[in-house]
Amino acid sequence: MTTATATPSSASVSEDLRHVTVVSRKSALVLTVVTALMALLLLLSPREGDVQYRMGAEGDALRLPDVALPGMTVAWVCVAIAAVLAAVAWLQVRAERTLSFAVPMVFAVVLLVAFLSWAGAGSPQDFPVSRIIGGAVLLSVPILFGALGGVIGERAGVVNIAIEGQLLLGAFAAAITASLTDSPIAGLLAAVTAGMLVALVLGLFTITYKVDQVIVGVVLNVLVIGLTSFFYSEVLVPNAERLNETDRFAPVAIPLLSEIPVLGPALFRQSVLVYLAYVTVPAVWFALYRTRWGLRLRAVGEHPKAADTVGIKVLRTRYRALLIAGGIVGVGGAFYTVVSVSSFGKEMTAGAGFIALAAVIFGKWDPLRAALAALLFGFASNLDDMLSLVGAPVPSQFMLMLPYVVTLFAVAGLVGKSRAPAADGVPYIKE
Amino acid sequence: MTLELRGITKRFGTLVANDHISLTIEPGQIHCLLGENGAGKSTLMNVLYGLYTADEGEVLLDGVPQRFRGPGDAMAAGIGMVHQHFMLIPVFTVAENVMLGHEQTLSGGRLDLDAARERVREIAARFGFHVDPDALVEDLPVGVQQRVEIIKALSRDAKVLVFDEPTAVLTPQETDELMGIMQQLKASGAAIVFITHKLREVRAVADRITVVRRGRVVGEADPDSTDAELAALMVGRAVELTVQKEPPRIADALLEVSGLEVRDAKGAVLVDDVSFTVRGGEVLVVAGVQGNGQTELTEALVGLQHTVSGSIRLDGTELVGRSVRQVLDAGVGFVPEDRSTDGLVGAFSVAENLMLDRTDGPPFVRRGVLQLDELERFAAAAIEEFDIRTQGTTEPVGRLSGGNQQKVVVARELSKDLRLLVAAQPTRGVDVGSIEFIHKRIIATRDAGVPVVVVSTELDEAVALGDRILVMYRGRIVGVVPADTPRDVLGLMMAGISPEESAA
Repeated sequence: MTTATATPSSASVSEDLRHVTVVSRKSALVLTVVTALMALLLLLSPREGDVQYRMGAEGDALRLPDVALPGMTVAWVCVAIAAVLAAVAWLQVRAERTLSFAVPMVFAVVLLVAFLSWAGAGSPQDFPVSRIIGGAVLLSVPILFGALGGVIGERAGVVNIAIEGQLLLGAFAAAITASLTDSPIAGLLAAVTAGMLVALVLGLFTITYKVDQVIVGVVLNVLVIGLTSFFYSEVLVPNAERLNETDRFAPVAIPLLSEIPVLGPALFRQSVLVYLAYVTVPAVWFALYRTRWGLRLRAVGEHPKAADTVGIKVLRTRYRALLIAGGIVGVGGAFYTVVSVSSFGKEMTAGAGFIALAAVIFGKWDPLRAALAALLFGFASNLDDMLSLVGAPVPSQFMLMLPYVVTLFAVAGLVGKSRAPAADGVPYIKE
Repeated sequence: MTLELRGITKRFGTLVANDHISLTIEPGQIHCLLGENGAGKSTLMNVLYGLYTADEGEVLLDGVPQRFRGPGDAMAAGIGMVHQHFMLIPVFTVAENVMLGHEQTLSGGRLDLDAARERVREIAARFGFHVDPDALVEDLPVGVQQRVEIIKALSRDAKVLVFDEPTAVLTPQETDELMGIMQQLKASGAAIVFITHKLREVRAVADRITVVRRGRVVGEADPDSTDAELAALMVGRAVELTVQKEPPRIADALLEVSGLEVRDAKGAVLVDDVSFTVRGGEVLVVAGVQGNGQTELTEALVGLQHTVSGSIRLDGTELVGRSVRQVLDAGVGFVPEDRSTDGLVGAFSVAENLMLDRTDGPPFVRRGVLQLDELERFAAAAIEEFDIRTQGTTEPVGRLSGGNQQKVVVARELSKDLRLLVAAQPTRGVDVGSIEFIHKRIIATRDAGVPVVVVSTELDEAVALGDRILVMYRGRIVGVVPADTPRDVLGLMMAGISPEESAA
């Protein structure tokens, strides 16, 4: 009778499982391809001339001199940096390590700058640097609140596709309330309530009745779009003056901080809602990782049955998480009608909720990373504005598409290894 | 604390899982609840723990009736449970798992992790073992995870501790250590419920034994009873505990596995450089504690694993890289580990399940149309031959008992021309009567000259069925030994100690 050939002679089998590192080449490949595409663009369509970077605004206490740089040079330098980052990614693949979150983040920013510099070369208009950064921060606010809400929901095990609907209903509620009361704060509160209302419906179907979370989310989005569009054209348009004209939150300059050159005006001469975002991000992080509420919430999202057996009420925990998340998303909704503009428009959120969902994944279900991802996507959304300012050589339809393209690339190619909460999207059914 | 269950009845639809069960568990005693899989032991404990609500009956603690609306209430009353499938959160640390549900907080609502760490260390020290409070649970070996479960229960001052099939995932040595911990708990005055179907363990620690069969208490047994007496009580009739078989007659057929490696998506090598051969006419049992690569090995044999390297040759034909269809067409029969998810479609009829892998052509399908008459004849014959207790060929397979479901799987796999049989845990969750039958059929297959690979985590089954026993640990082969190897040597091998050292 034959015996096994691999029988170890005398030594015992070791305690540990052997590990082979599995490294995804996807990120490195995407970085390389995108860098090459950018280089190709620069080669095939070179643009002469300088880009004027305006470093300050009138009335700054400390005003840096403006800078004029040849656009193509800046773009090439950026491409070089991007190439280095792509090389780093390949080295990490060879070293069998996972790519850190910073690499794709920096890469995306560098490439956007390259694109801007190329587009702005030779333009008579100058680039107001503060305004670019400030605009990006401002535009990322709804995405950021949406992403934070998404992180909280998914960490508790509920996939919230309805972020878009929550933003839109929040914007709608804020517009009407703020118009009626002449108080943007009342508008903000109404938006929070609206976000929670959508969350409540979502919870009712997905948590209590265990309906598929994705389907309910999609249906809720369509429902909110339909409702707000109907009331917009039937009620808001005929009574625009009374119902759809809000007082907006005025920008508030924070003393001292707002005097920092370049960054000061960008970050600290903003609306209250932006400051609220600065506070909410670390607050959500703390709540998730350092408090009882967060521990239980994450337990419910990872292994609801285990949570149940230690006496945690799974459904109640999920409801509460979803409601808080809805409120936070609602704040993002208020941005549209009491910060950005002063009236509601049909489908004005334009997919920001879905970009927020992408930020949740890009940020690996972590509030800090998701916030950074939201900033990146905000930056991409701001491009359109910037390029029309300098008279860009690109059709505006293409620019409108860009944030979504960036999002797609980011989520598909740049995310390294990530692990969703184990029970994410799975209704908890007690036997 | 004395725990009393009085007339507990729990029904699931028409099935009576618990039929007026009454039990009394005294402090300082280990009370064994002995019964076959599906006898209703776990249901009873889930009622006790507040996970299920009983339809009738009551739970009393020190004579006071209790109403548990959930596990939280049961825990607050002093009942702790060590679950069969650990109720731990893999991505949390030990300390976080232990504190979950009764967290202490500091100012500002911050979690008091230090207190939790201290509690873990203190309880572990009481039993003379060490657990790192900051280790992630998913990185710990199962034996240690189980200790975390025990610490979790004790950190809530449990006075009654329920161990639900705690030894299924342990090596024999770890089992002995667990018994030691249970004795310590008993000495400290805890009331212990030990649920199991393993006779050996019962006799080792039990102070009292209550035997449950088909949802009813059928009697108390004396801890000094013999295995045969306990088995007879558990099953309701005298049971043949050994398998009758002749010495193997080696045939020409040959399965050669060499340098087989299976990896998971994260790169863990679950089957590591495994090589063995099985000749026609012999049974090779792959033994080992659950989760040491046996599942992946059998799945690789039938082509269900994707990241496989190495070679699997059946009568000279390479099977690695072939599709499952091609592997099955090569004459491989496969009894999967979990019949309900991988072996059967519960809502399909017995007949449909019997033809699940034969949908490609005749006799059951002609020009894309099912041949129902042919199928009916075939199914009726299989039901007869394999003694499947069913109301007919059209009954949904999900309504059959575990043993009869398994017989459907076995009937399907054995009723084709086999050149290799791979049976993973063929008798798990199967009643003793069906176990005898399935064992006989496996031996008959062997005697027909087919190479047979059986995976089993039960040492008794490994010894009874195998001509040779291959022991796996952490994905590797510890050794291949004859079936008459002493149990304690096999036990040590299951903990990764080589046969030479184990025998020394």
